[in-house]
Amino acid sequence: MNLDFEVVVRTLPYLWGGFLYTVQLTVIASIGGLFFGTLLALARLSPLKVLSNVAAGYVNLMRSIPLVLVLFWFFFLMPTVLQLVTGGERPPQIGAERTAIITFVMFEAAYFCEIMRAGIQSIPKGQVYSAYALGLTYAQSMRLVVLPQAFRNMIPILLTQTIILFQDTSLVYVISATDFTGAASKIAQRDGRLIEMYTFVAVVYFVLCYTLSYAVKRLQHRIAVIR
Amino acid sequence: MSKLLDWSVFFQDLPGGGEEYWQLIVSGVYWTLGVSACAWLIALAVGSIVGTIRTTTEPWMVRLGNGWVELFRNIPLLVQMFLWYFVIPEFVPPLKAWIVGTDPVNGQFAAAVLCLGLFTSARVAEQVRAGIQSLSRGQRNAGMALGLTQPQVYRFVLLPMAFRIVIPPLTSETMNLIKNSSIALTIGLAELTFRSREMGEYTFHFFEAFSAATLIYIAIGMTANRVMAFVEKRVAVPGYIAGGGK
Repeated sequence: MNLDFEVVVRTLPYLWGGFLYTVQLTVIASIGGLFFGTLLALARLSPLKVLSNVAAGYVNLMRSIPLVLVLFWFFFLMPTVLQLVTGGERPPQIGAERTAIITFVMFEAAYFCEIMRAGIQSIPKGQVYSAYALGLTYAQSMRLVVLPQAFRNMIPILLTQTIILFQDTSLVYVISATDFTGAASKIAQRDGRLIEMYTFVAVVYFVLCYTLSYAVKRLQHRIAVIR
Repeated sequence: MSKLLDWSVFFQDLPGGGEEYWQLIVSGVYWTLGVSACAWLIALAVGSIVGTIRTTTEPWMVRLGNGWVELFRNIPLLVQMFLWYFVIPEFVPPLKAWIVGTDPVNGQFAAAVLCLGLFTSARVAEQVRAGIQSLSRGQRNAGMALGLTQPQVYRFVLLPMAFRIVIPPLTSETMNLIKNSSIALTIGLAELTFRSREMGEYTFHFFEAFSAATLIYIAIGMTANRVMAFVEKRVAVPGYIAGGGK
């Protein structure tokens, strides 16, 4: 067996492009997921039965099927759905990269919802009562009193979920999007360098994720001391 | 052009003839269950050992256990799947010879089971460690005071308690494992998600095919959940909050 790690150096610009897409996907999906996840959490805790049931149904559905299957659902059916909505002649082409972004935002929203729900429920009821006593509306008491605290309490878990998301984005491989893993896999198959490329990818992910989770652990320690 | 929704598509014949599409989906279910079950056994066995040694008083054992968990937690499962299927056999000549010689399905199955089993073992280890550490220090000390050796303390005092405590988190790891088994499709294993996509590509009835897969995943998940809840009830420790209040 002859190993040739030069292939990594040769194709570095292409891999870097894939890596940038991975980062872009992670950032958009975590911000979008957090935004919609918070809305879902508020809906789940709403006294309106219909609203909380719909939100709970959505979250449970997303959490009970594999991400790969969710990616396929969106990849194969979004063009058809968009065609039905817009009433066009043929299904619009939106491409694997954009499909992946929409899928991840919708999928992560379900997971971030559960984190934010736990965060909101960890706030003492007295906080809400005092907000109402001060004359704040529901929206104001959530935005100014409850959510900032819930968000701060959950920062370590939110960051850990984002590291998991960063790893999960590699699954866009199944719809042939060119993220970091996808780029490496394309080179690996073109040049017949599977060992070198997959080892390189594994090392890069390991170093990044290990460092990030160590940083989150340190942060958790510091927050714990302050509070 | 096919009708928009047509559920009778499950009873049409495959292009090769002989089988109908619902049988294709069922064959996928077998693989999903087979891979998950085998991987679960590995995960439970290895995870229990690794989780236990992380709570011992031997520093090198603790480091080994921590290293194991970090290794499997910080590489995406998809990349691990590629490593097990494409990379590791290259470094183990007998394994390589076996994979080249045997039916590809055997190689895919072995790689998927090992990959999912060891990946999940790291997560099980984390739960088992947390379970053991949640026991009060008095339990270990009392065991030592009775003259038990460290292995005996684990065997008779700590582990019987810890395993019962970790059943709820292990339930969710079991469901994760079943969902993660879909990643085996990337190395060509024809499990449920693979088969539903295949059916969609043959018939252009993606909606029906994915609906079937979704419902089956939900059903498998709920069954696993019920089974674990039954086990949890059977082995509950009386007097604990989870013990059913008897």
